[in-house]
Amino acid sequence: MRASTPEKPKGAAWLVLGAAVLWLALTILLPLITVFVEAFRQGAAAYFAAFQDPDALAAIKLSLQVAAAAVPLNAAFGLSAAWLISKFEFVGKGLLLTLIDLPFSLSPVISGLVWVLLFGASGWFGPLLDKLGIQIIFSYTGILLATILVTFPFVARELIPLMQAQGADEETAAVTLGAGGGDIFWRVTLPNIAWALLYGVLLCNARALGEFGAVSVVSGHIRGLTDTMPLHVEVLYNDYNFVAAFAVASLLAGLALVTLAAKTLLEWRFSGELARSARH
Amino acid sequence: MAFSLSLPRLREPSVLPGFWPALGFTVSYLSLIVLIPLAALIARPWEHGGAEFLHTVTDPRVLASLRLSFGAAFLASAINLVMGLITAWALVRYDFPGRRLLDAAVDVPFALPTAVAGIALATLYAPNGWIGSLFAPLGVKIAYTPLGVLIALVAVGLPFIVRSVQPVLQDLDAEVEEAARTLGARRWQTIRQVILPAVAPALVTGFSLAFARAVGEYGSVIFIAGNMPMKSEIAPLLIIIELSQFNYAGAASVGLAMLILSFIALLAINIGQLLFLRRGKR
Repeated sequence: MRASTPEKPKGAAWLVLGAAVLWLALTILLPLITVFVEAFRQGAAAYFAAFQDPDALAAIKLSLQVAAAAVPLNAAFGLSAAWLISKFEFVGKGLLLTLIDLPFSLSPVISGLVWVLLFGASGWFGPLLDKLGIQIIFSYTGILLATILVTFPFVARELIPLMQAQGADEETAAVTLGAGGGDIFWRVTLPNIAWALLYGVLLCNARALGEFGAVSVVSGHIRGLTDTMPLHVEVLYNDYNFVAAFAVASLLAGLALVTLAAKTLLEWRFSGELARSARH
Repeated sequence: MAFSLSLPRLREPSVLPGFWPALGFTVSYLSLIVLIPLAALIARPWEHGGAEFLHTVTDPRVLASLRLSFGAAFLASAINLVMGLITAWALVRYDFPGRRLLDAAVDVPFALPTAVAGIALATLYAPNGWIGSLFAPLGVKIAYTPLGVLIALVAVGLPFIVRSVQPVLQDLDAEVEEAARTLGARRWQTIRQVILPAVAPALVTGFSLAFARAVGEYGSVIFIAGNMPMKSEIAPLLIIIELSQFNYAGAASVGLAMLILSFIALLAINIGQLLFLRRGKR
């Protein structure tokens, strides 16, 4: 058996290739170019002025604070779930795997809505929170919860297939040789999954910084307080402040491109150490 | 632990440490972040009775939004089915300068925040935008119409199809194709009888993923949609409108209706695939 290798296009192949390139240019490259063109439409000074705005700075800071908490939490969950699923045999594993992937099939708006249903003014726990003087919706906590739900499966689904493929032989050998739990994790498991973990963290981080729908439901859009970067883009755009909107958007687009570059680099260099399903 | 041993094989014995802490943390975190919130979504639509749920989801405006979200998602995924296959084919089969760069670019919609894509598409397809201005003289309005919704969903869905089909095309045995050709099969016959059946399951997977994503898509759509009631309002927006009127049960009803319809649609796609495969085997 021989897998097909790419060859120089000829004849009708040019038609297929042309259609593919045109389609990618139209649906992917053109919107990307638009972001940067619109951001610099009135020159570099206007572009950089957008970042002098205290509300923009507050939005950037809030986004970073949300990602700084959401990513480590979901990474810890990913490690825990992958350890459980790949090293042990137990009843209900299939159900657990299905439930871990579930947030991927939720609309972002639903991922925000559920927190309002729990903690909003007329939510299940709304009156209790009110009595205790705790605010979750329209605050950092609500934004964090919505972000965690949206980015929930990212690390787990990179680690689980890889660690399942690696099995438990190395760890079992370590136990037989007298290693403790901490030693096994730091010196046997972690070196085997480091690149996949980084890969998952990268994707999780990009999504956490860029999430819009879920966060928009729970944020309440209080400028300078509960607007994240993507929400600030929306506010500026709806105010017809297009240069500033696209300037902040260009920051997010730049972040996406850096993430993609790092992801592609990881795939090229460490494809053997990433799970097959990671290439999605 | 003693009680776990007395139960019939709930877990296989293992010498590795950490089963109970990992199980405890995994299940608690999953419950707090996913299960309890979803329980609220499933329970709350019924708090004013089943009739109220039906009344909400059969409201003409809600029905129109569901029709638009599901219809546009289906159409966009169908367009991407064709264009995604062509793109994957070009990336796998042809050697051309910039191939790796284009291959990496396919993932942009995965990484680009939806709000960024949303304002870029709205600007491009507005009547004075680069693409919108080409169609405006023809009397075709794209932005702020259902057509704009379709464009946004097409832009979001492509990578799902390409990334599902690509590995299958890569692993497809080149000799099988050559054999088909030496046996006198025309190019079109080879495609229809050798290649398409091999990639069909991957196409279905990609279609399902793109469809599920498109149904719930919000950020890249609302800027270009125009959000006119009954015309270009998507279902997720209706949830937000219900919430802004403090109608929690109504918002939950629309959300639950979306989930149920998605589930039915994906089930139908999978059953359709099974029937198709069985027919192929006969």
